[in-house]
Amino acid sequence: MKKIIPCLDVKDGKVVKGIHFEGMREMGDPVEMASDYSNNGADELVFLDISATTEGRKTMVDVVKKVAKKVSIPFTVGGGIKTADDIGRILEAGADKVGINTAAVDRPELIKEAAEKFGSATIVAAVDAKQMSDGTWHVMTHGGMKDSGLDAVQWAKMLEELGAGEILLTSVDRDGVKDGYDLELTKAIVDAVDIPVIASGGCGSAEDIVEVFEKTNVAAALAASIFHQNEVGIPEVKTLCRERGVDVSGA
Amino acid sequence: MIGIIDYGAGNLHSVEKAVIKLDFPTKIIAEPRDFTGIDKIIFPGVGNARKTMEMIRFHGLDDKITEAIKAGIPFLGICLGMQLLMEYSKENDADCLSIFEGAVYPFQKSIKVPHMGWNEVHQKRQHPIFRNIPNKSDFYFVHSFYVKPNDESDAIGITDYGQDFCSVIAKDNVIGVQFHPEKSAEAGLTILENFCGNF
Repeated sequence: MKKIIPCLDVKDGKVVKGIHFEGMREMGDPVEMASDYSNNGADELVFLDISATTEGRKTMVDVVKKVAKKVSIPFTVGGGIKTADDIGRILEAGADKVGINTAAVDRPELIKEAAEKFGSATIVAAVDAKQMSDGTWHVMTHGGMKDSGLDAVQWAKMLEELGAGEILLTSVDRDGVKDGYDLELTKAIVDAVDIPVIASGGCGSAEDIVEVFEKTNVAAALAASIFHQNEVGIPEVKTLCRERGVDVSGA
Repeated sequence: MIGIIDYGAGNLHSVEKAVIKLDFPTKIIAEPRDFTGIDKIIFPGVGNARKTMEMIRFHGLDDKITEAIKAGIPFLGICLGMQLLMEYSKENDADCLSIFEGAVYPFQKSIKVPHMGWNEVHQKRQHPIFRNIPNKSDFYFVHSFYVKPNDESDAIGITDYGQDFCSVIAKDNVIGVQFHPEKSAEAGLTILENFCGNF
């Protein structure tokens, strides 16, 4: 069954949205928004903490605790997670899974340690990929700003070997642009690994979600602004999916 | 009072939070004396079968669980908590609680594990736990092993993941669900409400 996942970028306890990882704008309260999405048929939720300060990170733990109390669907929390202790804190606060990006590039063993300690099902490896002039994709870190030099397809395979349970794949080129998912990138990563891949970056309509399910074998589609701005509701996306023969949850 | 078993390993908070959200009083059961004053028991399991059995034996909870079930106290096992109700688990060859006859098996090698995500539960017969839940509703699963009761009539819910497996098991006062009701939105909360309120 394909999953529809709203994503909430959280900065200092508020949901924000930017274009190409920059130019942030406040959207609302994470706990209320999460609860609304859960009541409207979201299959899971992803929170990305983009706070730059220690204070902001502490606020995130409180947000996670509140979300866990109110929301009864699985949710992942990523952003700024560096150590197994950080992972433990987020899971203890009530998240079901954690997303790890930069820290895994800096120290791949973190994925292995975390998978062994907390179980692969709790570890989501986030891959931010940007296309190079030769057509390949490189893994970007630090919120899409820094080129790690790693080939995204090879890195995805490595993450699977290390024990990641899922890959959250974001196209840095498409992020916030709203003209559709990067189908070529998504297909390249999905075909390279056996673990589920979540497509992210570029969703501008319900049609984009149907398209990524029809043209690639992704397990889930993640979107932010189309849901936040009420351009389209999750029930409408699911209805369109069903009409087009895409298997989604809910009646 | 709804007792929630905590053997010191897993993330049991989400089940507790969901039950509190439904306005039922809860109490954590961490040692044998905590069973006092409990009307119903929820056993949410996460982790590995063998390790978990060792831990509940270490804390002296295994005999108390069996005793409570024999005394007719309504009991709900969730995920690993369902699997441990069987006689035996192939996960690290663990002897389990033997409430139901039958064992726990891994999915065939060709099937992607863990089975993680939403899937349908086909209700094989009417049961109070399914009250107000339409047949074939979706629930959220995360597991690599499944239970196979010897008596097929114990399997009251069936799910298809490459093969049909028993996703809800029930006999007398005992129910087990393979999915996570606390993570299954409205339908999941209804399961918990049915158990805590009407069962």
